[in-house]
Amino acid sequence: MSAENHLFLYTLHLADNALVLGHRNSEWTGHGPILEQDIAISNIALDLIGQARNLYQYAAELKGGGSTEDSLAYLRDARAFKNCLLVEQLNGDWGCTIARQFFFSTYQYYLYKHLVKSVDTRLAAIAEKSIKEVAYHLRWSSEWIVRLGDGTAESKTRMQKAVDLLWPYMGELTTAADYEIALADSGVTVNPDFLKIMFNEKVNSVLREATLNIPPDNWMQSGGKQGIHSEQLGYLLAEMQFLQRAYPGAEW
Amino acid sequence: MMEKQDWPLWEVFIRSRQGLDHKHVGSLHAADAQMAIENARDVYTRRMEGVSIWVAESKNIHASSPDESESLFEPANDKVYRHPTFYDLPDQLKHM
Repeated sequence: MSAENHLFLYTLHLADNALVLGHRNSEWTGHGPILEQDIAISNIALDLIGQARNLYQYAAELKGGGSTEDSLAYLRDARAFKNCLLVEQLNGDWGCTIARQFFFSTYQYYLYKHLVKSVDTRLAAIAEKSIKEVAYHLRWSSEWIVRLGDGTAESKTRMQKAVDLLWPYMGELTTAADYEIALADSGVTVNPDFLKIMFNEKVNSVLREATLNIPPDNWMQSGGKQGIHSEQLGYLLAEMQFLQRAYPGAEW
Repeated sequence: MMEKQDWPLWEVFIRSRQGLDHKHVGSLHAADAQMAIENARDVYTRRMEGVSIWVAESKNIHASSPDESESLFEPANDKVYRHPTFYDLPDQLKHM
């Protein structure tokens, strides 16, 4: 595989992570547990979709051939999506949504901290622009983990359940795909394996503060980065892409 | 979801720029001060309205009663000498 293709796949992977999680979070709009948190999770959704747009625009330029941010977001099937499995998981209850956001934001924060130093100036600029948002997502979700974990008996039980449910999707975040290995060699990104220690330390310290149990590192799910997804992604794309598929080029 | 006990109400004050006062912008619900600040950030500063946030639990705000407005405020009406309106200001002075 050529270096350009690695960069295209990696940019898509970053964009798909942001879009799919942004879309999942947007499903809360109008359904948040209280008005203020409805607005908070919708803001995070907007931040992520904004990041996705910047990344898709870059990916479309890399691909060429009339490809656009919209064609990449709306006209690819599940197998062409390179997001990690974590972000496509169902919202579940508020605890599940918080756990998913916390795991992802922790990973994204350490990744973007490296990406700002990328030899690829475009990715570096996008990371620079996004990292302030990500730092806030991390802070916001960490506080909810602690609040619910160290809260009532009910909230603790549900928070623990959410952490246990999503734990098997953690491993994929710091397991390198072939395009990540190639690009780490050329200084475009960092091998996510290198982030593992910082990532685990942060996650464990917040879980400890929340008086939650840290699940054992057993078997981990994988496949998303290669386009092999859980069934949840198909339903998400069906809803997200319906309009563009049914009315190609529709605008308003 | 909060049938049993609603989160308390907080009043939010935002300083829109350095050098200006904090101004009351509205209220919101939150479990504690920390969450109130976070919520205020999301609800009231999405369009870069602020550089600083204050929150105070609404129950701690003590207000004057509208019934007392006559005795509180109207006596000032006929004391024009309390207003600095009898000075000639040089043209160079702006924003007075």
